[in-house]
Amino acid sequence: MSLKGAGYIVGAWEHPTRKATDKSVTLLHAECAKGALDDAGLSKDDVDAYYCAGDAPGLGPMSMIDYMGLKVRHMDSTDVGGSSYQVAVGHALQAIATGRANVCLITLAGRPRSEGQATGTAPRAGNPSQAEMQFEYPYGPATANMYALCAMRHMYEYGTTSEQLAWIKVAASHHAQYNPHAMLRDVVTVEDVVNSPMVASPLHRLDCCVISDGGGALIVTKPEIAKSLKRPLVKVIGVGESAKNQAGGETELTYSAARWSGPPAWAMAGIKPSDIKYASIYDSFTITVLMQLEDLGFCEKGAGGKFVMDGNLISGVGKLPFNTDGGGLCSNHPANRGGITKIIEAVRQLRGEAHPKVQVPNCDLAIAHGTGGSLGTRHVGSTVILERE
Amino acid sequence: MAAVQRKIPFVGTPDTNPETKPFFDGCAAGKLVIPQCVQTGKYIWYPRGISPFTLGPVEWKEVSGNGTIYTYSVMERANPPYCIAYVQLAEGPKMMTNIVDCDFKDVKIGMAVKLKFIDTENGPPMPFFAPA
Repeated sequence: MSLKGAGYIVGAWEHPTRKATDKSVTLLHAECAKGALDDAGLSKDDVDAYYCAGDAPGLGPMSMIDYMGLKVRHMDSTDVGGSSYQVAVGHALQAIATGRANVCLITLAGRPRSEGQATGTAPRAGNPSQAEMQFEYPYGPATANMYALCAMRHMYEYGTTSEQLAWIKVAASHHAQYNPHAMLRDVVTVEDVVNSPMVASPLHRLDCCVISDGGGALIVTKPEIAKSLKRPLVKVIGVGESAKNQAGGETELTYSAARWSGPPAWAMAGIKPSDIKYASIYDSFTITVLMQLEDLGFCEKGAGGKFVMDGNLISGVGKLPFNTDGGGLCSNHPANRGGITKIIEAVRQLRGEAHPKVQVPNCDLAIAHGTGGSLGTRHVGSTVILERE
Repeated sequence: MAAVQRKIPFVGTPDTNPETKPFFDGCAAGKLVIPQCVQTGKYIWYPRGISPFTLGPVEWKEVSGNGTIYTYSVMERANPPYCIAYVQLAEGPKMMTNIVDCDFKDVKIGMAVKLKFIDTENGPPMPFFAPA
């Protein structure tokens, strides 16, 4: 049974906050839920399935279901970091297709900025019974240097340059200037990026995403309900998920799990990368974008550097408009997880509700791809392909 | 000029996961001892008591300690900075480590490196690598 078209995204809402010192994480989740339900024209009592991930406080989905007063018959708290929400869309489709859910609510929220987390530069000690922990933590794997390991190897194998990576930030900044909620609204140049302080070589400060508070929520529902609502129809036509890791020591860091999550999503959708009008691509770091673009088939492996140059990702300028809200690189990265905002901006584009300065004309096919975890050790890639009906 | 050596943290104890005792016994004796998949002959990183290639048994073997740098990154935001890397062992697997005892400006992918044990702050000595 194909899941193509089994569900529609009828509600998509991003919290406008970027610093929420006066709100709890649970309140942010609930405000996002309300925002997405209002956007869809549905109410809390219509929800019969709930999906969250590790950013939701409590055991699995239980505390949030309690806090928000939900009554559900299907739930999933698969936590694969920032791509959990792409995964949740796929799992929601499965639940809808098998009659186990009608209206699925997905939420994300967090406040790492208010809590002062040194998100990308401080290694975090985990539970030592986690099999790899004792063999990695002593060596100082933070977030930035794990992605940097991939960038360094990509440069070595393919000749990718810091200037090429910088173009990705430049494109994001061109979009962020039109987003009143974006943390970084100044347009930057390639020189600005490569001259910013080195964080973890070869990644500079401006190769990194922002650290922000905030959140977002989605409502996925079955075709009959979607067509009864007043919102533009955004159909989910392709999903895929895959995990990549060190493979017992046969580590290869020049490609991501998108190499495996993309093909089933493309096959389900029955389209190819050149059909895509708008792409939301996970942008924890510039290198993340470059590798995923290659792995999703937007260009040949190793050609990502050339592909992103000269504004090719800038809406109205290049061939593949990406992250037109400014993305994680400039707008926000709530809970240190950028998956849901990728889907939300794709929905805005398909509805024609992106900012007029970045709206892609006749946007009928979009992709929203996430990478969660650490590109340098173990991560999950998840792909969602959407169509405006 | 060789970089200042940061203090190396450790989490848990060598006894936390009994299956990896041969690795930590090796560290205490200044030897790098890692599992080898009995069926495929492939060496495995990180150390574990079952083969991820077959879910079959492993044998613990001492390896040469010779390797080359697969990739690296200098964490400039840390004080002191440190150089994290994956080193490909002569026996095959790539392991996460730090490159030590050198000026980080001289570190290159493909560089030959040699094993060296460094004491952790609150745990066992662990394997690091310096230019060969």
